[in-house]
Amino acid sequence: MSARAQTLLWLAQRASAAVLALCVIVHLATMVYAVRGGLSAAEILSRTRGSYGWFAFYALFVAAVAVHAPIGLRSVIHETLGWRGAPVNAGMLAIGMALALWGLRAVLAVFA
Amino acid sequence: MAMLKVAVWRGAEKGGFQTYEVPRLASQTVLDVVTHIQRAIDPSLAYRFACRVGVCGSCAMNVNGRARWTCRTHVEKVAADGQLEIAPLSNLPVIKDLVTNMEQFFDKWAKARGRFTGARTRDDDFARVMPDSPQRRHVDAGIECIGCGVCYSACDVVQWKPDYLGPAALNRAWTLHNDVRDTRRVERLVAVAGDAGCHACHTHMSCSERCPKQIAPTIGIAGLKRAAAAAALDGEL
Repeated sequence: MSARAQTLLWLAQRASAAVLALCVIVHLATMVYAVRGGLSAAEILSRTRGSYGWFAFYALFVAAVAVHAPIGLRSVIHETLGWRGAPVNAGMLAIGMALALWGLRAVLAVFA
Repeated sequence: MAMLKVAVWRGAEKGGFQTYEVPRLASQTVLDVVTHIQRAIDPSLAYRFACRVGVCGSCAMNVNGRARWTCRTHVEKVAADGQLEIAPLSNLPVIKDLVTNMEQFFDKWAKARGRFTGARTRDDDFARVMPDSPQRRHVDAGIECIGCGVCYSACDVVQWKPDYLGPAALNRAWTLHNDVRDTRRVERLVAVAGDAGCHACHTHMSCSERCPKQIAPTIGIAGLKRAAAAAALDGEL
């Protein structure tokens, strides 16, 4: 992998971390606020279904996770196990895609 | 006479600590202790030193688990209980006893393009670099490195990733990156960017904490990260 590609991966992880910091705060604050008044699952779903705002927010959340986690995991694997190279990169790409697919499936489940 | 109990690493990669009793003297440095053992107790002890005054950087060792210059470390500061443990620097192959092979450490300076390349000849006028310019200030902050290897020994990332360039080589690259006369800026960024370079640094800051010259390689490494990222976005890398 070229120096440019490695640098862009680092940049992507930093940028996704910044997005995640914001998303996690909004997500946790919303959860605490939503359950404080005793909202049921059905009541929460009635607010998220058809809401393009929540859809966009959680789609961004999932995208940030799908970018951030595999890049970090790649470094952890490199440092702890010494594994590197194309097989590890392919594995991390697969993990990123799986996170994106499962995450978007969950987002669609509360939107549609 | 008060005596010190000194455990000294003997052997190479495989070996063990051997304990010696050394007279405790006033204003005694750890290098004095090692020298006493070699000259008065066991002449087969191998260690390295030259200037004895913190200029050459050759006497760095692990003293009670921390990498230090032994010539500038007073016994009273590190052996309050009258005990010392002296070992070779970490993250480097041990040749014998307290002597490490520094080859990989200096090879990495070369890999990080730690050599100045200018464009002027002897016929040109001097380059004028303003002392208060931001680049010159960055150079000033890192230029006093004497290559002792203390930061390299203290770095966790070097331990985890043996091909990581390490704090000293990256600090050198940062000083050259900020040298306005140097002509190999992009080549150097290519050499220091990525998984084995500046982007592998976890910012643990052990190098900055342990550097006997009070240099902060962490700051230089962060600068290289930013510079390489900007160059990657500009398509220069």
